[in-house]
Amino acid sequence: MNHLAPLAVAVPIIAAGVLAATASVASRRLADIVAVLTAAASTTLCAILLAHSGHHQVVYWFGGWQPRSGIAVGIAFAVDPLGAGLATFAGLIVCVALVFSWRHLETISHVYHALMLVFLAGMVGFCLTGDLFNLFVFFELLSTAAYALVGYKIDQRAPLEGSLNFAITNSLGAIMVLFGISLLYGRTGALNMAQIGHSLAQQPADGLVVAAFTLLVAGFFIKAAVVPFHFWLADAYSVAPTPVCAVLSAVMSELGLYAVVRIWWSCFHGAFGDHEDALRAILVVAGTITALIPAVLCFAQTHLKRMLAYATVSYIGLFLIGVGLLTHDALGGTAVYLVADGFVKASLFVCVGIIQHRRASVDEYRLHGRGRDMPFTGAMFAIGGLALASLPPFGTFLGKSLVEDAAVKEGYGWVIVVFILASAITGAAVLRSAGRVFLGLGPEGESEPAFEVDEETETETGDDEGRRRTPFVMFLPVIALLAGGLAMGLIPRLPQAALRGAAALQDQAAYVAAVLHGAAGSVPHLPAPPPPTGLDYLYGALSSVGALVLAAAALFRERLPALVPRPVANGAGAAVRAVRELNSGRVGDYVAWIVAGVTVFGAAFSLTLL
Amino acid sequence: MSFLPYAVAAWLFGVGIYGVATSRNLIHLVVCLTVVQSGTYILLLAIGYVGAGKAPIFADIPLNSKVVDPVVQTLTLTDVVVEATVVALLLALAMQAEKRFGTLDPDELGVMRS
Repeated sequence: MNHLAPLAVAVPIIAAGVLAATASVASRRLADIVAVLTAAASTTLCAILLAHSGHHQVVYWFGGWQPRSGIAVGIAFAVDPLGAGLATFAGLIVCVALVFSWRHLETISHVYHALMLVFLAGMVGFCLTGDLFNLFVFFELLSTAAYALVGYKIDQRAPLEGSLNFAITNSLGAIMVLFGISLLYGRTGALNMAQIGHSLAQQPADGLVVAAFTLLVAGFFIKAAVVPFHFWLADAYSVAPTPVCAVLSAVMSELGLYAVVRIWWSCFHGAFGDHEDALRAILVVAGTITALIPAVLCFAQTHLKRMLAYATVSYIGLFLIGVGLLTHDALGGTAVYLVADGFVKASLFVCVGIIQHRRASVDEYRLHGRGRDMPFTGAMFAIGGLALASLPPFGTFLGKSLVEDAAVKEGYGWVIVVFILASAITGAAVLRSAGRVFLGLGPEGESEPAFEVDEETETETGDDEGRRRTPFVMFLPVIALLAGGLAMGLIPRLPQAALRGAAALQDQAAYVAAVLHGAAGSVPHLPAPPPPTGLDYLYGALSSVGALVLAAAALFRERLPALVPRPVANGAGAAVRAVRELNSGRVGDYVAWIVAGVTVFGAAFSLTLL
Repeated sequence: MSFLPYAVAAWLFGVGIYGVATSRNLIHLVVCLTVVQSGTYILLLAIGYVGAGKAPIFADIPLNSKVVDPVVQTLTLTDVVVEATVVALLLALAMQAEKRFGTLDPDELGVMRS
């Protein structure tokens, strides 16, 4: 059984190599089929691992280098339910994105498929590994594939620049991670995460451990796009080919948070466990800022992909609050929330891809009323918007309720307001564009496009004939993704399983015993969390109705009596413009923000963790 | 083990990031990124250094000799490979910028706003 773990990574890498090597002889359709089948195979392997890790930790030592008397020399995959679950989810989204690419990207070569498979292999390895340096290598592998995919349409300015900003900031993040790993290796002489955690817990923590923690967390926060490390994300996600956007937005950003969870519970918890309250406060505050500011920017956007990019950042903030609460019920709830939201966001990106395919534009004002003859896409887009605003019974509602209940238990009841605001505002942005594009509501307006991308070149269908109707193979992914988001809220024993997985991830002693001493270990039995209460439904209704009201207010601004005094409205407008201008598109500015962010986090950690 | 290699690693990290933040030329910027990365090489090798240790190749030295840590050397090697990939990709992007848009200045390339 354990031997399946490396196969989940090896299969897509080998297939990618074969696809790249046979690019000149194999047909496009063959590449499509091989890529989807490979991704499906990897997903199946991850799902099998997920099923088995539900009973005990699955540990695989490469080359048979088992630890001797509790000292690890080799490299291990250590699979627990949350890691395997995230890997399975990544595989599913890549499958769907590859299916959507069949018709959406007509002029791509086999290199695209190969890159997608390498990207998948990197993400799966990242989720399964139990070795810190191995984690870094998979981090770089998935990032490099992602840089190349974002810049796939390299003949245009915007993708080139988006890819450059993405690559430079994320490479800096990777270097910081490596600095942190080096310091930890210098202190503990170990690279295995269980070994590092065991060793750090034996000695008092000092400045060096805090420095290593800061560098690792900041590096992964750059990938996760936590404010103020988030600037690259909007640039990259708004220019990547739409199927790639779906993967980036649904899985890749979230992997940064997964890494922070993994290193905290496996490596640092033993050393800093006494200061949990301080860390909780820091992470919840960082999450709140990351949830709210990008939500406003999301609402201010008319470029549909850029709007969804800011929604992604906003949700990263909510997930950061969830994992930052540092309890198993909050982490389990976040896992449900993250997967459900990933399905919904991917479905929204796919809807945007369909609009782009038919109308060759992704700007809300330019598309005004031009989606009237696409009722099905419009309905799906609007449902996705409501799901983003956590409408019951979608999985986003269930996950949000679980995290909110956990927050109340920890005395952080006020974050419920943040959850409602962020989900209502991002949902409202989607609903407003749905109203404008598919129903032609609201006055026509002039957009101030952030940048011009020649949309024609992304979907080269050739003639207008192909654009008159949407191929069924493009609808299929939307239906599948929305169904996934709905299923996350309806599968009866899912919350309990997620909570058990979270408890297993947080049990450092059991992790060390399983990895270093080969103990079978068992996943703890926990009671099922209580189903959502009336209060939870009220919060869900508040965010869903709030989203509708806000969207309507934005669409019919002219007809509203002036509820807000003019000076206040002008002031707010100026503030939003000022925040928008921070995202200057200049990579030098972004790097300066990264330095500032690392300094702030470093100062906060050294003041509270020592 | 002296303090010096750690200071050099920290200096390379700081000065490289300064270079990346202020660069007006993409090739220069990529080179600055490799300077930051060089900091990790120095740090890794410094961590694994053992005073008067030999290279960890046991072909021609007795098995009980004092050697430097071979693990950090493999890490550095892996790091070099990984970085070569990223730098190659970044330089390819920079070349495209020069070829298609006639500029290497990241600010002039700038089309992304807000």
